[in-house]
Amino acid sequence: MTPEEIVQKLVARFGDKVSPSGSPGISRSFAVMDRDHVLPVLSYLKDDPELSFDFLADVTVVDYLRLEDPVVRERFAVVYQLLSLKHNHRFEVKARVPEEDPRAPSVLELWKSALWGEREAFDMYGVEFEGNPDMRRLLMPEDYPGFPLRKDYPLHGRGERDAFPQYRPQPDAPRAADTQASQA
Amino acid sequence: MGIEKIFGDSLITTSVNAVVNWARKNALWPMPFGTACCAIEMMATLSGRYDLSRFGAEVIRFSPRQSDLMIVSGRISIKMMPVLIKIYEQMPEPKWVISMGACASSGGVFDTYTLVQGVDQFLPVHVYIPGCPPRPESLIDALLKVQEIVAGPLKQADPEGTLLSTRSGAMALTPASCATKATPA
Ligand code: SF4
Repeated sequence: MTPEEIVQKLVARFGDKVSPSGSPGISRSFAVMDRDHVLPVLSYLKDDPELSFDFLADVTVVDYLRLEDPVVRERFAVVYQLLSLKHNHRFEVKARVPEEDPRAPSVLELWKSALWGEREAFDMYGVEFEGNPDMRRLLMPEDYPGFPLRKDYPLHGRGERDAFPQYRPQPDAPRAADTQASQA
Repeated sequence: MGIEKIFGDSLITTSVNAVVNWARKNALWPMPFGTACCAIEMMATLSGRYDLSRFGAEVIRFSPRQSDLMIVSGRISIKMMPVLIKIYEQMPEPKWVISMGACASSGGVFDTYTLVQGVDQFLPVHVYIPGCPPRPESLIDALLKVQEIVAGPLKQADPEGTLLSTRSGAMALTPASCATKATPA
């Protein structure tokens, strides 16, 4: 099925809970919805025999800061990239996540591959996935302050690169240059 | 010393330091810390065409406990830094550090939230190599610079330590300036 047909099928099933989006010629069609509808819609996409999206290719987040998307409308959108190995078609679902309460339901119960995708999305954007038992950072150090892929995060960071005193050599420890036996 | 008069040409007198450092300098055992593209160039330097073994540094040790020359070649992220330090601390004294390439020396083009802007913030670096990546000749030049440092102070008349530039652009720091650089402010 083409993405357009899948969107139509979703709208026929879920009504105005699902908003179609995407512009022909520029991007494939995809579906946008509030985060409360993510689990019913995604389990329908997985279980319907005509769709049978058996593979979650990626979970990630888009930061719409200052983009004012007419369909998404919120600051963040969680993006689910789905693939059906059976029918060889792909589909994309976005869930709105407001800035003041960055939480989204975990889809771990549907696809196990969500575990690390959601961890990475949390690491980079600070969106927490409820129901994911392992919400730790994936790539950045555990004590890293901030979420670096948010659009309001400075490109160079906030000085974290230099602010890890625990990694610095202790002043009293002897260094190679001091103990060097080259004073011939 | 008069001892040569008795034994003739069969005997050389010297100091222990000179002999030991002569041996050290001609048998540096590198610990390759290759994390990115510079490591490819380091491998090229080690293999047949450029052949670092001509200078006595062919015994690449992947165990820090058996090596005395750390070659940091590649990008070091904040998360990798403790690993690098741990490996460096495991190397037995005396030890030397080459910071190979723009990324290891200054962060290079990766002026981002995650990359350490120069490993000399955390390690006492003896020789910096500019370039992205540096050619094998530069690494060989840096190795020769390290050998000079191992053999003894570069210049007695220069206690503060200055940057010496060489033909291919490698910079050597005297041990004195390394010590000041490594101390946190
Ligand atoms: S200096 Fe250039 S070649 Fe070396 S690690 Fe950085 S980007 Fe790669």
